[in-house]
Amino acid sequence: MMRQDAAELRALIARHKRWDVVFGVVGLLCLAVGLLTFAALFVDMLVDGYARLRPEFFTEFPSRRAGQAGILSAWIGTTMVMLVTAAVAVPLGVAAGIYLEEYAPKNWVTDVIEINIGNLAGVPSIVYGLLALGLFVYEFGLGQSVATAGLTLALLILPVVIVATREAIRAIPGAIREAAYALGATKWQVVQGHILPYSTGGILTGVIIGMARAIGETAPIITVGALTFIAFLPPSPVGTEFPFLNFEWLMSPFTVMPIQIFNWTSRPDPAFQANAAAAGFILVFMTLAMNGLAIWLRYRIRRNIKW
Amino acid sequence: MQANTLPLPPRRERAGERVGGPLPLTLPSPRGGEGNNRLAHRASRRVKERLIEAILFLAALVSVFTTLGIVYILVSESLVFFRHVPLWDFLTDTQWTPLFDDAHFGIVVLLSGTLVSSGVALAVAIPLGTVIAIYLSEFAGPRLRETVKPMLELLSGVPTIVYGYFALLFVTPLLQKLIPELPGFNLLSAGIVMGIMIIPTVSSIAEDAMRAVPMSLREGSYAMGATRFQTAVKVVVPAAFSGLLAAYILGISRAVGETMILAVAAGMQPNLTWNPLEPAATITAYIVQVALGDLPHGSVGYQTIFAAGLTLMLITLLFNILAYWLRKRYRETY
Repeated sequence: MMRQDAAELRALIARHKRWDVVFGVVGLLCLAVGLLTFAALFVDMLVDGYARLRPEFFTEFPSRRAGQAGILSAWIGTTMVMLVTAAVAVPLGVAAGIYLEEYAPKNWVTDVIEINIGNLAGVPSIVYGLLALGLFVYEFGLGQSVATAGLTLALLILPVVIVATREAIRAIPGAIREAAYALGATKWQVVQGHILPYSTGGILTGVIIGMARAIGETAPIITVGALTFIAFLPPSPVGTEFPFLNFEWLMSPFTVMPIQIFNWTSRPDPAFQANAAAAGFILVFMTLAMNGLAIWLRYRIRRNIKW
Repeated sequence: MQANTLPLPPRRERAGERVGGPLPLTLPSPRGGEGNNRLAHRASRRVKERLIEAILFLAALVSVFTTLGIVYILVSESLVFFRHVPLWDFLTDTQWTPLFDDAHFGIVVLLSGTLVSSGVALAVAIPLGTVIAIYLSEFAGPRLRETVKPMLELLSGVPTIVYGYFALLFVTPLLQKLIPELPGFNLLSAGIVMGIMIIPTVSSIAEDAMRAVPMSLREGSYAMGATRFQTAVKVVVPAAFSGLLAAYILGISRAVGETMILAVAAGMQPNLTWNPLEPAATITAYIVQVALGDLPHGSVGYQTIFAAGLTLMLITLLFNILAYWLRKRYRETY
């Protein structure tokens, strides 16, 4: 009798443990769905666009003939827009992060700023496009230019940079600040001499992730009214005559990689879709490389810094 | 900074160089040229500190101005729009033909596309995201977790336009083999791809919520002889439930605001439908469509995109606030 009970119990335990195994398999399958989709996407782009991935693809303007079209104006436009975005978002984001971590008093103004940054991170990107359309394009009269697009994307990634800066600063132990203050340093001296250098790696990680996001953003730039067919380049920022720099490119019409892809994807001709695949592959590769760099940096920082 | 570059004064005097707080008693009285210099130096340093703080504060305020700018633009343009179109018509009309002579402005038409595609996305992302979160939090070893999480993050880093291409030219043809009558543009494939895109959003927040559940709850469950699966499903998931809900809601708000996948793969024809097999425009796709055309600044067509944007903003804001409230609640539990 007792033996029978024990056998029944063992069977029950085995049955319950079987569920552990079943769930383990289901979990791995679900993970595989996500990762396999990503692999499929990458391979699909490569296969469809492989024939187009030649050096000329980077040095030709878009064209009515799919076989001759390239992404010259797109990648140069993307580079210029990213320059503006980085030049605006990095100083603003880092400054805001420093203020919130090191300076901000505990009062309602700080609360408003913090809640607001959280909310901004959840605003759909196309709404930023509408903001830019109403504000930058018409109220400020910047037009549909590189400057408008750069500013729009800068506002879009600002929360990412701020949050990354704050996390990097928060990881610095208080003892370091106290040591500096004890030697008579002012607040800014502490920030400049200690906080900023020690948080650079973390900030850089956030900036790279933000830029990877900005590089692939399409909706806000379309909303601003970027042209989809551009067969010329903005004026070069570096001149041969004094003062060697000019800023006309800021106000120039432009196109960017995602818009070029959108334009080619929405054409029914498969030849153009091959172009879209090739350009898409390059874009995915770029964002992957940037994200990979950020992950590697984060890993290195975690391993190397022992406070 | 300056202290580093200045030649070092004798040791006794250096001790007096303190900024802020009362002067130490040992400080030599500020008489004579040297003392005055030091006072002037201190004053200029204080001004500089104040100035820097003010600049940093202004940088932090930029985000507030961004929000104010968004609200101002959306509301002011929408007010002009609602002067032409009564709010009641906007909410109840069942046609969306703003560019025709016989113009109708029924936001329900665009809303249906948004809701159906988001529904499909959630049907993909919620089960997959939840199972992945449970697996990573309760079953996987630390090494697997550390390798898989960054890979999942990459999934949400892929540009959405590339997902759009993938939905239109890879997933739709695949689905057409299963459902031959599926049109080239449809909400189903766009929704599925969107769902896969938001899996990392859902799974990472859900996992955080589950890992916040104290170990003692799990240990109690194991002590009663429960298996890993029983503990995960009957103890950890209920304890982290409000966090899971927050993850789902943030997923919804991402799906509602998603643009390019839908603009590419679901078509841009306004269509009042609840059937995911049909093509339909969403709120976001409509904004893209208008922006691609050349609408004159100030026309009613131009203002419709701001009214549509305001609707979108209100929906996502609602979901974000709900998620924020839920996350706060689960944080306070332990």
